[in-house]
Amino acid sequence: MTQTKTDTPKPTPTNTSKIPYYPGCTLKTTAKNFESSAIAAARALGIELMEIPRWNCCGTVFSLADDDLIHHVASVRNFVRVQEMNDYGLVKNENRLVTLCAMCFNTLKSTNLRVKNNAEDLKKINDLMYREEDYQGKVEVLHFLELLKSIGFDKITSRVKKPLKGLKIAPYYGCMILRPQEVGIDDPEDPTIQRDLLVALGADSVDTPYKRVCCGSYQTVKEKDIVAELAYDILSHAQKEGAEALATVCPLCAFNLDNRQKEVKSKHPDYQEMPVFYITQLMAIAFGLGKECYGFDQNYVDPRPLLQSKSLIEKQGS
Amino acid sequence: MEENKSPIMERIAEANKAATTGIDAKDIKNWIKIYIMGKAYTVPADLTILTAMEYAGYKFVRGVGCRQGFCGACATVFRKKGDYKLLTGMACQTRAEDGMYLVQIPFSPAEKAEYDLTKEPYEASVLIKYYPEVVRCVSCNTCTKACPQDLEVMDYVQAAIRGAFDSLSETSFDCIQCGLCAIRCPAEIVQYNVAQLGRRMYGRYGQGVPDHLRKRVKEITEGKFNEDMDKIIKCSIEELRKIYTEREKEPE
Repeated sequence: MTQTKTDTPKPTPTNTSKIPYYPGCTLKTTAKNFESSAIAAARALGIELMEIPRWNCCGTVFSLADDDLIHHVASVRNFVRVQEMNDYGLVKNENRLVTLCAMCFNTLKSTNLRVKNNAEDLKKINDLMYREEDYQGKVEVLHFLELLKSIGFDKITSRVKKPLKGLKIAPYYGCMILRPQEVGIDDPEDPTIQRDLLVALGADSVDTPYKRVCCGSYQTVKEKDIVAELAYDILSHAQKEGAEALATVCPLCAFNLDNRQKEVKSKHPDYQEMPVFYITQLMAIAFGLGKECYGFDQNYVDPRPLLQSKSLIEKQGS
Repeated sequence: MEENKSPIMERIAEANKAATTGIDAKDIKNWIKIYIMGKAYTVPADLTILTAMEYAGYKFVRGVGCRQGFCGACATVFRKKGDYKLLTGMACQTRAEDGMYLVQIPFSPAEKAEYDLTKEPYEASVLIKYYPEVVRCVSCNTCTKACPQDLEVMDYVQAAIRGAFDSLSETSFDCIQCGLCAIRCPAEIVQYNVAQLGRRMYGRYGQGVPDHLRKRVKEITEGKFNEDMDKIIKCSIEELRKIYTEREKEPE
């Protein structure tokens, strides 16, 4: 077979690049606003986050036990689905898997590292999944923030239509995108990636030493009080530094810092409630995207009054 | 069709004669040995597991139903000669093979949750509330391997976890509730009960009332069938019987 060469490359119908996207269960239930705002913001940057067909649970928590391979099967099966997307032509030579949820990111990336560095583990898991094609170990797990960084924050600035001028936001990182170091996407002690994004969007980024202090994680199920105290420390320190809201990429942190303000308020009556954003919601506003992707109904503390006071969204009913 | 008559079909026909019409054992040419609950039996080749067990003398009062692969009553587990895998199937749909070890699992013990659909939110939380073990799924896919209907059982469990009622309902639609997935699940999930709640929620809240149903209810309330109904009510038992036996049937 001979191939005819053409001088001009074939024009692609759009400038959009398609990347396999792993949502996770929370993005489909209590953090729909994270997903809708991120998908819209990505699209504005020419990226199509393509939901992985037949994705399953990430495994929730990365098992640290040496001999607990069964709890890594879930993650690996998702990597096989990314291979299949390439097999079926849904994406072209695209081995990146992008996540939004910080928990899913941590679990998927930790598992990927484990099986990439341990051929015997991978073989055992592949053998158990004998109905699937083997995982070849080529998938790269990325957090959405890393994808944005690779595009370049200057490009993001050039897409901003409504700079978040005068909005004072404290970026909050939590642990899942920072630790352990081989999984983390930034300096675990002094992360800056969200600050850079907020600055790119025109906001004032407020630094606080509590940006990487634990939110209380799953203690929120049984020990609301502990979590409320941690949330109070994180939120009130951000306020002392002048922040008007928090920004995060972790649905569990968001729940503990946003919804638990109810308990914070009852324990500390002087406390003033403060919105907690998914950073992608702020991107959607700055990009001037339609309000249907903001999903503020799912935020516990309503961020609309703050945004209206800065003339970033229209007053309700107007 | 005559020209399709193959030796294997003849063998099946011959073998089935013995079990169903009482043909003399000396007329059966091919025999196999199977182990039912560990005890060896010699039975005619090419029977289903169900008929082979009946030939061996078992009489089913439970654990059997339609004999057509639809009802899900005759779940069976077995191993084949020389194969380490534990396999599953419906006894009425699976052929007995020489050297097979098998046993019936006529029922999978599982509590059925009681709920009132009208009082539940159309959210993933309803499935997790009544069947919290669903989130223990580790995606091992053992359920899917066990399913005699070839459903993607794990996929619908995963759909349940994230409250995707549409794909849960579509993926589980052909479930016959035989219970084999639940028996095999290392996370002790009762998949078919979760799916049933999911389909009920989807039917009530996700799908809406179909147009044809709306139209028919309108016809009924407007009296389209009143005259015919009055006629039927006045019929004697004999007349009713005649109408019933002569009624227009759907083509088979």
